[in-house]
Amino acid sequence: MAYVAIADQHAHLHDPQTFVTKYIWSQDHKVIAIQYAITAMAIGLVALGLSVMMRMQLGFPDTFRFISPDNYYQFVTMHGMIMVIYLLTALFLGGFGNLLIPLQCGARDMVFPYLNMLSYWVYLLAVLVLVASFFVPGGPTGAGWTLYPPQAISHGTAGSHWGITLMLVSLAIFIVGFTMGGLNYIVTVLQARCRGMTMMRMPLSVWGIFMATILALLAFPALLVSAVMMTLDLQVGTSFFMPAIVSMGEQTGHAGGSPLLFQHLFWFFGHPEVYIVALPAFGIVSDLISTHARRHIFGYRMMVWAILAIGALSFVVWAHHMYVSGMNPYFGFFFATTTLIIAVPTAIKVYNWVLTLWRGHIHLTVPMLFAIGFVFTFINGGLTGLFLGNVTVDVPLSDTYFVVAHFHMVMGVSPILVVFGAIYHWYPKVTGRMLNETMGRIHFWCTFLGTYAIYLPMHYLGILGVPRRYYALGDTYFIPDSVHTMNEAISTAAFFVAAVQLLFLFNLIWSLKNGKHAGGNPWRATTLEWFTPDTPPRHGNWGAELPVVYRWAYEYGVPGLKDDFVPQNQPPVGGESAEFHGHGHGYGPGYGQGHEHAPGHDKGGRHT
Amino acid sequence: MSLWVAFAGILAGVIVWWLAVRRLTTRPWEAQGTADGRDSAGTLGPPPARIGLWILLAILTSLFALFITGYWMRMGHGMAHGLTHDWHPLAEPRVLWINTVLLALGSVAMQWARVATNRDDPARARLAWWLGGAFAVAFLVGQYYAWQQLQAAGYYAAANPANASFYLLTGVHAVHLGGGLVAWIRTAARMARGGAGLDDVRLGIELCTVYWHYLLLVWLVLFGLLLQT
Repeated sequence: MAYVAIADQHAHLHDPQTFVTKYIWSQDHKVIAIQYAITAMAIGLVALGLSVMMRMQLGFPDTFRFISPDNYYQFVTMHGMIMVIYLLTALFLGGFGNLLIPLQCGARDMVFPYLNMLSYWVYLLAVLVLVASFFVPGGPTGAGWTLYPPQAISHGTAGSHWGITLMLVSLAIFIVGFTMGGLNYIVTVLQARCRGMTMMRMPLSVWGIFMATILALLAFPALLVSAVMMTLDLQVGTSFFMPAIVSMGEQTGHAGGSPLLFQHLFWFFGHPEVYIVALPAFGIVSDLISTHARRHIFGYRMMVWAILAIGALSFVVWAHHMYVSGMNPYFGFFFATTTLIIAVPTAIKVYNWVLTLWRGHIHLTVPMLFAIGFVFTFINGGLTGLFLGNVTVDVPLSDTYFVVAHFHMVMGVSPILVVFGAIYHWYPKVTGRMLNETMGRIHFWCTFLGTYAIYLPMHYLGILGVPRRYYALGDTYFIPDSVHTMNEAISTAAFFVAAVQLLFLFNLIWSLKNGKHAGGNPWRATTLEWFTPDTPPRHGNWGAELPVVYRWAYEYGVPGLKDDFVPQNQPPVGGESAEFHGHGHGYGPGYGQGHEHAPGHDKGGRHT
Repeated sequence: MSLWVAFAGILAGVIVWWLAVRRLTTRPWEAQGTADGRDSAGTLGPPPARIGLWILLAILTSLFALFITGYWMRMGHGMAHGLTHDWHPLAEPRVLWINTVLLALGSVAMQWARVATNRDDPARARLAWWLGGAFAVAFLVGQYYAWQQLQAAGYYAAANPANASFYLLTGVHAVHLGGGLVAWIRTAARMARGGAGLDDVRLGIELCTVYWHYLLLVWLVLFGLLLQT
């Protein structure tokens, strides 16, 4: 039987004809990626604004009268949930997943394009429901992003009726939408890779997104279960999580529920969520470092295995978020052990990034600056994770600013640096223009140094014992005056970093018209997305013929070549074989890449 | 959470086996200059929809395993804390036995439709297909009747966590069967449009049949759990 790539079969192709089907109800993975990215960044800006108002209150208490204690907790809650779920998860998987999987695997589109389109619109609905909670009586929930019962649905907590209901409904909608997208990502990776693209030739970006999607598909149900049960406790009066409790002087109708059950379910989702965000970042940063250091990724196989190991281990560490919940101390020992074990594959990845840079021909491009900034920040955040992973150290640090500093470094700043690096790297492919480099460098240094000005002092605050989640510290006896001064400095840095992001947004828009023309492959990279016949790629990505892959994705710095890289789809020259190691044969990147004529297309790329 | 961890262990085993098949020990940097290793990414591989369904079933298994875990932990919570009046198992209505038979008959009918499709027997395939859907609808009606009976007998959701868990587990199962019926209607519509041939619906029939079997299995687990606790 003749080989026909699944992504090239008629059933999976679609041909948008109108503006609406091309740009709005689009089934094209690239358009959907942009839709995801714009929506995620828009709601992310809201979360950024909320964090600014939090810092206004913390840095300058009693100054801004419009920020009440209820408002403060609402800002904290919505900031956390939006950043973790609606920005980072959506942007990495919905944005970069949609953009990169078909392009880097050599497919024309996702295998279920209609479902893919539906995934975005359901995600948008989830965002709108969440935003609606700002406008309902009582405002959004102020329960903290972990939504712990009983306070999440108890009177006295801001948004304990409409706000929390809309939050839970929005999360459920998000999970349904993500499941549609996630199925697409996995099946496309498994089934729609072009000829020659074995799993072990896939770029690490695809590996990271692939594994993160598996984690998300298995972990999000835990959040769904807890959301459904909490909604029933709230709306029907059941007692899954709600114990017998006196609220505002009155006995509630609940009895016997287990708040700890909620914590188990939440963190069973919550910890893999860290890696749902981190694994795509790991994959993407591997590609950025290799491309911009002109050196093959060090230990590719180990990188893949580490991604798989981290994915598996991420499901058995959840209770390290619950050391102070009163659980059995033996559980604490078990989860501390698994937490330390997961540091091993993570450290392997860090070593491999550093060893890739070692003796590389490092180009300090803007994407590379962000990639190195990520490695630096991730090491810092990871090291404080070792503190918090140990029960005896965690207990005194629990619920202090040390925790806030840790998770912002490892899960906030680190992945967002990768997001920025990735946008600077792939913007030329998406738009055909380069982002302005000067603005990019200013953006990097201000963001990088600014975030350190915010979060490094927070470690110190945490060690002093300054508690998190407090609206105002007041005249607490163990908190010295220097803490208040430091809070002012942190807030000032936070305002500065937030303002710099506007420069980035300006660059995104300004460069659409004024950026330098990028050409097809401005970074001289090897992976398939840089070898589309058109930039930006047209519908169907590859014109008449699908690419054929002959080698792995990291053939950089090859001695003896006219140029220093070999594209994945560069056909073999005479004498090159499976045993041939690809070095020293003098073929240059003439871009006369191998293609396989796709049945069902004429030479013009039209469907026949 | 041990139930879920057991499920995760089995799933991890399947993933490890699959990855071993995918030869994750190969050294990609040594195999330059060849387009070999096309894996299953061509017509010789299974259709994407089939793979998609099996992945969906893994996700749903995760979901149901977590619901069961929540049920189990909530039940144990009262006992562990000496709350003697916390958990009162309800008397499952007898109609659930009839509903179980209906769901099983639906599964048998769908299997019959699949076999008839493989034998290119459109008349029998259609008959069996309609029967499969009808039995599923009858099951849902029966479940609704069971809920009504429990409500009439005073087993309200808010009254006791055992009642609430019953409504929750049966409700979640019913929602998934409802989703299956949407796919069933789509395939039925395609069957009606397609005339005498079965080519357009062969895959749809296969996938719906697998889904029906899966939901029967889930129901047997849930029903057994509810009867035993």
